Formats: sequence, C-alpha cells, structure tokens
Amino acid sequence: MNKSKIFLWIALFFSLAIAVFVSPFASSSPDGLEKVAETQGFLEKGETVAWRFPVFPDYEWKTAGNPFVNAAVAGGSGTLLAGLTAWMLGKFLSKRKRAR
Amino acid sequence: MHVPDGFLSGPVNLAAFAISAGTVGVAVRKLTRDLDERQIPLMGVSAAFIFAAQMLNFPIVGGTSGHFLGALFAAILLGPWAGILVMTTVLAIQCLIFSDGGLTAIGSNVLNMGVVGGFGGFWVFRFLLGLFPKSPKSFYAASALAAWLSVVAASVVCALELAWSGTSPLRIVLPAMAGVHAVIGAGEAIITGFALSAISKLRPDLLSAYLPLRGTNGVIYEQI
Repeated sequence: MNKSKIFLWIALFFSLAIAVFVSPFASSSPDGLEKVAETQGFLEKGETVAWRFPVFPDYEWKTAGNPFVNAAVAGGSGTLLAGLTAWMLGKFLSKRKRAR
Repeated sequence: MHVPDGFLSGPVNLAAFAISAGTVGVAVRKLTRDLDERQIPLMGVSAAFIFAAQMLNFPIVGGTSGHFLGALFAAILLGPWAGILVMTTVLAIQCLIFSDGGLTAIGSNVLNMGVVGGFGGFWVFRFLLGLFPKSPKSFYAASALAAWLSVVAASVVCALELAWSGTSPLRIVLPAMAGVHAVIGAGEAIITGFALSAISKLRPDLLSAYLPLRGTNGVIYEQI
C-alpha cells in the first residue's frame, strides 16, 4: 500500500473512531440556533418534521438499550454512509467525464 | 445551525433552494470537466471526517453548544467546487437519516453552511492569503480567520432568513445569532487549524498549493 492510501485509511479510521467512541460524550446542550430559538420563543415552530423516515433520529439508534451504544452505532453508520456517498458521487462525476 | 422545518417561510426556503441547487449544478458541471480522479477517495474521506466531527458538540458559555462545520476545511483541501458537493452530501444525509435539519429547509442549510460557509470562507481565505507575506504562518492565520468568519457569516445569513420569514425581528435575531456563533467560530478556527496541520505533516502534497513542500526551503510556492 502506498503512502497516500495509508493516509486515507488512517483518516477514515480516525473519523470512525471519533464517531463511535467520542460522539457519545458530546455535549447535549442546544446548539447556537436552538438556543436563540429558545430565548426568542420560536423553538416550538420547528417541532413538526416534514421527512418522516429518518433511520437514526437525533443521532440515535433506538434499538439497543444503552445510550452509548445507540449513539456509537448511529455515528459510525453515518460516517461510513457520508464517506461512501461522497466517494460514489466522485466516481459518478468521473464516469461522466470519461463519457464526454 | 441546522435549520429545522417550520423556522423559515416557504418563499425563503424556495429562494435559498434555488441558489443552492444552482451552485451545486455548476459544481457538478465544473467537476464533470475538471475532476482529478485521484481526488475521489479524498472526497469520501473528507465527507466521513466532516460528518463525524460535526457530531462532537462542545459546550460554550450559557448552556449552549457548538460544533465543527468544516465547509472552509473542505474548500481548502478539495477546492470550493468539490467542497460544496461534500458539504451537500453531509447535509443531505444529516437531514434524511438523522433528522438534523429539515427537509423543507435543505436548500437554506446548503446555502448557509455550504455556499456561504464554503465559498464565502474560501474567498476570504484567498483574499487574506494574498494580503499576507507567503509563509506557513500566513497560511494558518488566513485559514483560522476565514474559518471563524465562515461560521459567523453563515449565522448572519441564517438570521436574515429567520427575519425575512417573520420568525424573529432582525434587530434581535441578528446580534443573537452572530454573537453566539462568534464564540462557536473560535472552535471552528482551532479544529480547522489542527486538521490542516495534521495533513501538512502526513500528506504535505495535498496542501502544496499553499505550503512549501519539504526540501524547498520555503522558496517555491506553486500558484493555484
């Protein structure tokens, strides 16, 4: 394996590691926008959700009882999915490029 | 700062969607022509990293948290066009799989965090880089300042959207959003700096447009 491939694998495993092992310990306080919405009294406007089929609502896998496992599974899956989707998008673009 | 459904009015979401879709469309056309195949795995890993890092909410003052955005980081590493596609991918997955950011507000979220954060941040980064003398210090200073500004600018545009939607008056929501994100932006500057410095050590070639490769004594800078 050449140096550039090693770097990519290290970066991927690092991302997975923070998603699985660190994200369960992330702060659950409201983020900047949520906090402003709370203080200004428009938070409840955002309670109806248009898309009804999230797999991991609020970054949690609702199946296992343990909240750390729930967050780790959701985080790890999302990281892999994001990576795979962007990679496939790149492949799609390069295929279009070759087809021209 | 992922906007949920219900915060923004239909016309605001629609206008933002049009701008975002247009930008993404141009990015697809540009990359169909210019994408370097060696960049593809890096696009995937960048999306994975940005998704993972965005989950790490760090506490700031007053019972509020913030997290990494990564739009400027992606733009520096991949160029702004591939960067916007990576950000759009992350935001779409967050919306559809994790219900973070509303489906009706997806255009607004891509506009705020991808277009304003990524393109706006990158423009400021390039501007500052041209202003400073060429050195690694300037590179890190420009990226830190632009990272901070990318978050604040995204929050300002978000505040404008909230005001135009009639959700909250501008004189209240603008200082509130800009104020809290001025603090969160400091985290953005720090994380962007760490990530870029790690890359400069492990794969200096990826930043060769901005930083001298080892052995050139800082003399040769490739122009992008």
